[in-house]
Amino acid sequence: MVELRVRKYQTSVEEIWHEGGPTGERPLRRACALAVITNPFAGSYHADLLPFMEVLKPLGLDLARRLIAALGGDAKVVEGYGKGAIVGEAGEIEHGALWHAPGGYGMRELLGGAKAIVPSTKKLGGPGTRLDVPLTHINASYVRSHFDSMEVGIADAPRSSELLLALVMSTGPRIHARVGGLRADEIKGEDGLR
Amino acid sequence: MKSRIRKIVTFLEETLSEQGQPVDPPARRAAAVAVIENPYAGVYQQDLSILVDIGEELGQLLAERAVAALGIAGQQVESYGKAAAVGEAGELEHAAAILHPKLGTPFRKVLGKGAALIPSSKKRGGLGVVLDIPLGHKDAAYVRSHFDGMEVRINDAPRAKEIMVALAVTSCGRPLPRVGGLTKDQIQGLDGLR
Repeated sequence: MVELRVRKYQTSVEEIWHEGGPTGERPLRRACALAVITNPFAGSYHADLLPFMEVLKPLGLDLARRLIAALGGDAKVVEGYGKGAIVGEAGEIEHGALWHAPGGYGMRELLGGAKAIVPSTKKLGGPGTRLDVPLTHINASYVRSHFDSMEVGIADAPRSSELLLALVMSTGPRIHARVGGLRADEIKGEDGLR
Repeated sequence: MKSRIRKIVTFLEETLSEQGQPVDPPARRAAAVAVIENPYAGVYQQDLSILVDIGEELGQLLAERAVAALGIAGQQVESYGKAAAVGEAGELEHAAAILHPKLGTPFRKVLGKGAALIPSSKKRGGLGVVLDIPLGHKDAAYVRSHFDGMEVRINDAPRAKEIMVALAVTSCGRPLPRVGGLTKDQIQGLDGLR
């Protein structure tokens, strides 16, 4: 079994008070937790990638815990989530896809019953590559006020044989959300969509 | 508050290994960045005292945020730095007014001490501009292991009429320092230099 080797973590929190409109009573907060790990498959083709998904599960939990801690420690404040991966140049995009299950698992474990699919994105890139990680409501993907994204990246990662794995959470709608659509207080919560 | 803050972003970096060598305890750096309105955007203003006061206010607020992100007591912080990026309708002197006259005193108060000059950098730039915050030991500027820098970037700042103000603090020097010079256990702590 290949082991998990983390070179570094980065956590960042954005606290948004206004976007040109009125300053609200509470800010919108968006946070990301990133881990830079060794890509055990870098440089050659491996047919069987699945065992590494199990290895990544504790990291999914670890990053989700870091996120909730960065947002103040209470999982109940989390309303939106997303995930992403940047694969260093000696890897392939399929290696980034290994993050889908463990990343989603880690967040769902801690958020308790989040129903919506976790939106995601991934790409290949060098150190300093930026990734726009999509965010949607944790219980109903169609909640329009919560369609958002957070740009993440680390100046010195991913190196060629590394993976940069990202989880992102937000605490509410866009700061001046006003383009209609399904609202959070209208969620039925049956299918993860509405 | 004198500053009209649009957003505050905090960053925490934790490095666990470098070139395959473990970094134990992990090297931790944190930064807190405020995006504020520039009251003098687009005009030449001789008296910059409002910005000087904003610097004093942010010196405390951002120092508290950065130390909280680092998760240690202020007294345990080893190195520090500051930087600002002025949006295109401002001038470099606006960054200087925030950073230099009054920001240091409340920053040092949060850390309990800080005999050394706070290393700084400033620039003008557009959205997503990269700020490299220089870092130096807070009690003795010549401690070679603590000469470092931390990159911060916010994809949607600074707008033309905004200023980004950043403070950084660390729990240590570079991950695996080995280029000699003054070490932290040799600090005399009298003049802020050695």
